[in-house]
Amino acid sequence: MKRIPLHYIWRNLASRRLTTALTAGGMALVVFVFTAVLMLDAGLRATMVSTGSPDNVLVIRSGSGTEIQSSIDADQLGVLESLPHVALGADGQLMAARECVVLYSLVKKQTGVPTNVTIRGSTQTGLALRPQVQLVAGRMFRPGANEIIVGASLAKSFAGVEVGQTLAFARREWQIVGVFDAGQTAFNSEMWGDVEQLRQAFRRSLHSSLIFRLDDIRNFDAVKTLIASDRRLTVEIKPETQFYADQSKVLAGFISILGLTLSVIFSAGAIIGAMITMYAAVANRTAEIGTLRAIGFSRGNILVAFLLESLLLSLLGGLTGLAAASLLQSLSVSTMNWQTFSELAFAFRLTPGIALSALLFSLAMGLIGGVLPAWRAARLNIVSSLRSA
Amino acid sequence: MLALILRFALRNPLRHRLRSLLTLAGLTIAILAFGLLGTVVSAWYAGANAASDKRLVTRNAISLTFPMPLAYAERIRAIEGVTDVSWENWFGGVYKEPSNFFPQMAVEPTSFFRLVPEFRVKPEEMQNFLRERRGAIAGRKLAARFGWKIGDLIPIKGTIFAGDYEFILCGIYEGARSSTDEGQFFLRWDYLNERTRQLFPGRSDSVGIYLIGIADARDAAVVAQRVDRSFANSLAETLTETEKAFQLSFVAMTGTIVNAIRIVSWVIILIIMAVMANTMAMAARERTAEYATLKALGFRPGTVAALVYAESFALCAAAATAGILLTGPAARAIGSRLDNLFPVFQVAPETILMQIAAAALIACVAAALPARQAMRVKIVEGLRQAG
Repeated sequence: MKRIPLHYIWRNLASRRLTTALTAGGMALVVFVFTAVLMLDAGLRATMVSTGSPDNVLVIRSGSGTEIQSSIDADQLGVLESLPHVALGADGQLMAARECVVLYSLVKKQTGVPTNVTIRGSTQTGLALRPQVQLVAGRMFRPGANEIIVGASLAKSFAGVEVGQTLAFARREWQIVGVFDAGQTAFNSEMWGDVEQLRQAFRRSLHSSLIFRLDDIRNFDAVKTLIASDRRLTVEIKPETQFYADQSKVLAGFISILGLTLSVIFSAGAIIGAMITMYAAVANRTAEIGTLRAIGFSRGNILVAFLLESLLLSLLGGLTGLAAASLLQSLSVSTMNWQTFSELAFAFRLTPGIALSALLFSLAMGLIGGVLPAWRAARLNIVSSLRSA
Repeated sequence: MLALILRFALRNPLRHRLRSLLTLAGLTIAILAFGLLGTVVSAWYAGANAASDKRLVTRNAISLTFPMPLAYAERIRAIEGVTDVSWENWFGGVYKEPSNFFPQMAVEPTSFFRLVPEFRVKPEEMQNFLRERRGAIAGRKLAARFGWKIGDLIPIKGTIFAGDYEFILCGIYEGARSSTDEGQFFLRWDYLNERTRQLFPGRSDSVGIYLIGIADARDAAVVAQRVDRSFANSLAETLTETEKAFQLSFVAMTGTIVNAIRIVSWVIILIIMAVMANTMAMAARERTAEYATLKALGFRPGTVAALVYAESFALCAAAATAGILLTGPAARAIGSRLDNLFPVFQVAPETILMQIAAAALIACVAAALPARQAMRVKIVEGLRQAG
């Protein structure tokens, strides 16, 4: 015997529009939340990973964890810069930059509340080491001047940081001379200026970190061993990409735990919704099922037909939820990263993997919700179900 | 009449036991989840809600990570309206593993506990703390989390103040109210300063925040202005605000996450609204003939609609009761696992009110459309269905 045609299944869903819409709508909301959380997580990870460049390594004081808490004295910096495998630039200078990182309170436009942002003091070499930092307005800060350039995300969501405005801090006036776009990176939520000016203004006798390019990233382990064996050094070294990935671990962990817990709870609601709908579908069509059985369709055919109906219903919900979530891609989220204690902007990011897991998730809800009602439909007795007509 | 509607409302759900049971389960989960999310949000605000309005917090205007000189203490004390001054530094060390995070503050030992009386320390433990330079006081919950007893040595690795530290637990404080944070760890500022002076001479005698006691909460704004004005144009300009505002600024920094949780908690209400509306629509569809019969007997359309509403409310009331009763135990179970994130995780009375309101909202919305259809049933057509 052939299968029950899909057409029949589809017509059943279409005939009770309100019920179908309500059930699929509930599922769509669950899939929306599920997808949105995965997209946020993916966006955060992508931002942190693309902040680092694969050839760069970052050195901070051991145990400090972040650049803000780190400080390295000039003696150690000298030792580090004379290590082998530090790359040389085109004109023979060291591809290494001593940087100074501090936090400053800026007022967020949306909330009007002072929020911590990162100010990074860097050098020309520091800029050369981050090719993703591109000026989009104004000009670059000049060495030795009280000038600041701001990241594009920061320029968008904070007050008082337009080109031409000045910020007063550390008893100096700082002119904002440019806006840079570093794409989806943590740098986009930072302000940059000349390291020596910032260090003097903030009265920092020490630098925060050292960033340098390796001649070959494969020499990383060799350099790490050298640093570990040098008793003058109390620092730790990480590839820049890994350093930034580690910086978002707590936030990423929080987002995924919260999101997955919610998805599980929500899906329980949606599965129950699907079950109610499918049980009602079976009850309403008892006579139809009896007829189908009488004209020769097997129990298996009936089981498959009702399961397919439930799966189709959930797929409808899944696609709607996914479509709604894909609209989020134009939004970005700006919040405090607990580990660095400063503002970080990142976007929702939809990947094929996320789309696939969202659809699988919705189908799983349909399967779980549909299996019991379909089982009941398949086990109906032919004679008694025909009599109910 | 009312009795009739009530009897119908209670009996109708029993006609489709499986469906009613499933709907009840879904509703209960939704009300429970709504309550738990509300509790997460209020846990976020726990610090701000526990703040005293008789305390001000002064920090460096650049940002919280910049210190102020110790010399400010005496200048603040001399300011009109200030009754007491204490100071502290965020220590931020690691106890064994970074995941064992808990807040560690280096506090000026005598004035801090005088200014913050809601952290209750037994007098003899306080005396030990004042006698022992390496002494520390931990919250009751924190001590329970790691199984610390008084007299234990607690090794902590400094991150901001590099080095290995070992503290002696001198006392365990208890909160004055159940909403007081009992998860903090206090060490002595003078001890930390002494170590800092030996290791990093440039960084000694610096203070993270000043805690200021004021006589009258109504003077908060004036006193805060006086403090900030006296340090204007200095190397470390200050920003003074009430303790509540200070705590709220932390909430605001992660405001996006709080808002997301708020939105999501309403999404679950929407989801369950769809499920409930579906159940009610099915029930009303099946009972078209009954509604027609009632109308034929002379009941007004309003009565018929009231029947639908009553059934919806009966289901939601049962689910809300179950959901609210489950919220307490569930919050305790979750709270004990999220100790390090949320020191205070309690179901607030407002949360329960919100749960009741949400349940009522679901009941109304779910019944609206089916009730309208029931009112409009034409007697003849409806009776024809009865067959």
